[in-house]
Amino acid sequence: MTRLTDIALRHATFLVFALVLLWFGLQAPGFLSPESIANIVKQAAFIGIAAIGMTFVLLTAGIDLSVGSVIYLAPLIAGFAMRDLGIGVGGGLVVAVVSGAFLGAINAAAIVGLRIIPFIVTLATLFAFRGFGAFLTGSQQFDFDADMRAFGLASIGPVPLPIVFFAGLAGLAHVVLTRTAFGRQIYAVGNDPEAARKAGLPVDWIRARVYVISGACAGLAGFVVIAQIGRLDAGFGEGREFDVIAAAVLGGASLFGGIGSALGAVVGATLIQTVRSGLVFTGVNLYLQPILMAGIIFLAVLIDSLRARRARQLKRRTIRPIDA
Amino acid sequence: MTALLAFDGLSKDWFGVPAVTDFTLGIEPGSSLGLIGENGAGKSTLMNMVGGVVAPSSGRMTWQGEPYAPATPADAARRGIAFIHQELNLFTNLSIAENIFIDGFPRRFGLIDRARIAATARSLLQRLDLDHAPDTIVGELAPGERQLVEIAKALHREADLIIFDEPTTSLTPRETARLFDVIARLRAEGRTLIYISHILGDVTRVCDQVAVLRDGRLIDHGPVADFPVPRMIRAMIGRELSGLFPDRSATPSPTVIFRAEGLGQPGVIETISFEAHAGEILGLFGLMGSGRSELARAAFGLDPLASGTLALADRPLTGPTAARIAAGMAFVTENRREEGLMLEAPVADNLSLVAVRAFGRGPLALLDREAHAVATERARAELGVRAGRIATQPVKALSGGNQQKVVIGKWLMADPRFFILDEPTRGVDVGAKYEIYTLIDRLAAAGSGILFISSEVEELIGMCDRILVMSRGELVRAFTPPFNREQILASAFREAVT
Repeated sequence: MTRLTDIALRHATFLVFALVLLWFGLQAPGFLSPESIANIVKQAAFIGIAAIGMTFVLLTAGIDLSVGSVIYLAPLIAGFAMRDLGIGVGGGLVVAVVSGAFLGAINAAAIVGLRIIPFIVTLATLFAFRGFGAFLTGSQQFDFDADMRAFGLASIGPVPLPIVFFAGLAGLAHVVLTRTAFGRQIYAVGNDPEAARKAGLPVDWIRARVYVISGACAGLAGFVVIAQIGRLDAGFGEGREFDVIAAAVLGGASLFGGIGSALGAVVGATLIQTVRSGLVFTGVNLYLQPILMAGIIFLAVLIDSLRARRARQLKRRTIRPIDA
Repeated sequence: MTALLAFDGLSKDWFGVPAVTDFTLGIEPGSSLGLIGENGAGKSTLMNMVGGVVAPSSGRMTWQGEPYAPATPADAARRGIAFIHQELNLFTNLSIAENIFIDGFPRRFGLIDRARIAATARSLLQRLDLDHAPDTIVGELAPGERQLVEIAKALHREADLIIFDEPTTSLTPRETARLFDVIARLRAEGRTLIYISHILGDVTRVCDQVAVLRDGRLIDHGPVADFPVPRMIRAMIGRELSGLFPDRSATPSPTVIFRAEGLGQPGVIETISFEAHAGEILGLFGLMGSGRSELARAAFGLDPLASGTLALADRPLTGPTAARIAAGMAFVTENRREEGLMLEAPVADNLSLVAVRAFGRGPLALLDREAHAVATERARAELGVRAGRIATQPVKALSGGNQQKVVIGKWLMADPRFFILDEPTRGVDVGAKYEIYTLIDRLAAAGSGILFISSEVEELIGMCDRILVMSRGELVRAFTPPFNREQILASAFREAVT
């Protein structure tokens, strides 16, 4: 019985995903066409790339609220670099990722160095990063050259570039999390930081790196989507930190740390985008959409807390044998 | 033969209070040392010094003939010392193999060499007769199996010295038998063991040397053949009666105030039944991990109970903690600083915490500050709390004894009829202890029932009308005056001494 519950909890997102696809497919058969699905995945890349980075942070039981602003500030810095230094779109991409990583490092320094809780640090930088961007632009929109858009709309073979980045990053993150010592130690820190310290793991260094990764991913996410639009509005990315967190949690990452996967983040982001597109596709009242999204996020968090309760049960100490 | 690990005058004190004093002993390679003593005797502090968790205040250790001063647990592990803690240091979300290698994965092309860790883990598990695939997630294993994974970790690090801290408390008899098999094999391989346990029969079975600690000092040691269980117990309890106890000012009434029947919770407590009378101080003695605090928490509605019933003054006691408080129950937790007080808040706010609703006035239940100040000051005076301005002084500024009076005092305004006091004098100096004993006597004389939980036999003997003894989650025996210290302790250790 508990085994069944465990399995259901672990795969809840996939169940929900299948039901959502089935529901929209029945409502409007065109929704399940290859073009429509490819379009959903392409749009999901934006939140999905950032959610992969967020998963690293959530695995350590941390949180990164600043992604909503890094998504804006990192491509902006890249834009200035492209305009003023003439480094081209490829160079811009690198600048965006490096700036994102640098902004993440600011978070890491405050969290690990000054021992301030992640929620407060990243709430502060959420405002600070956006404020800095507004200061740079005077709250004006920033226009990119035409080759930026050409890059954003390019594809490799039949595969649009955003999907290439999304898939590539997901694969890389999956390997890092499951196949490297660093990845497995992230899980260890999230499961029991005290035991990790006793085992001699560099807990602070591991914690610091996940924020850098989250920042870099958010920078990449912002750049990839801005490349499709060709301009950067002052309000770009506002409030997206919650979509990113929701995608990661929907994908099975636990806010309590130690549970989650890169592929889960992909599924979570795609699920959110599927619901969004599906609601538009089937012509549901525009004003009902946020409520339905809220319902899905609530469901994700509910599943997470049930899962966490199970995990606590597994860790509970007993002082006498349990009679079988 | 030089000792594998030698202690030379090792001492540790916490803020001037000695925990271990001048400990000198050598452990021969290949031997198996049983380390025994009451709670607070200094076993944990001693082992934490070996394990690199705390640094000694003075004295030194040598390991394989060389000076040994580990700065971190990882240091100790590198030198070949493995520590199997009571609460295991395993990551429940990782596989067995990953747990074994977590601090150093072998790599191939930058990635974890999964084939190699699986192969190594498999052979380690075979040596321990643990029949699980190396990629099994540790969270799915039973407690006894998890412990074998810890031992596999120690074997993997080629540990020369393995320290077991109460390894059998959560094991079934079958798992215990298997653990002893494994321990026998470890010994046959020439590894050295330190075995800490309250189960003296196990010590006799597993060890060839015994060392007894009391009040931080090495009292007695020698080969296990010279150490029958009565000698172990005698060595552990030679402690002088410290401090005096107030005379009891009233005798218990025949009225039953609190009744517990058949309380049970799998893995925690088992069929516990007792009753407490009005005006009675009922002692509950048990060693750490015996389930005494767990029993208190369950009775107070903080932890679940799978079976059994509770009654307060013949009315069934059910529902959440708030309902039990309203019914007249009070619980002074063993952990004053974390569970008993709001440390940063003023003394007055702590005193009125339980009864604060009584000071609400008008439709919005605004706090009547005047009445609150008067009532809290009266409570302070009654309790004899020495403090400055109680409306502003934070409770953390008080001494331990005065803090404890506040913890007990916060219940008094709610007029409870049954108190559970869990280690009410822990960390309190002798003078303040006497005042707390007096306070407890006053509560009993006023007709309340009291369950007095303690790991100090002496204070229970000095204060209680009856003493119950708990071990491994069960009530094993009840004692009435005249109390026999040796018998009480022996039954807590589950040994029959007549």
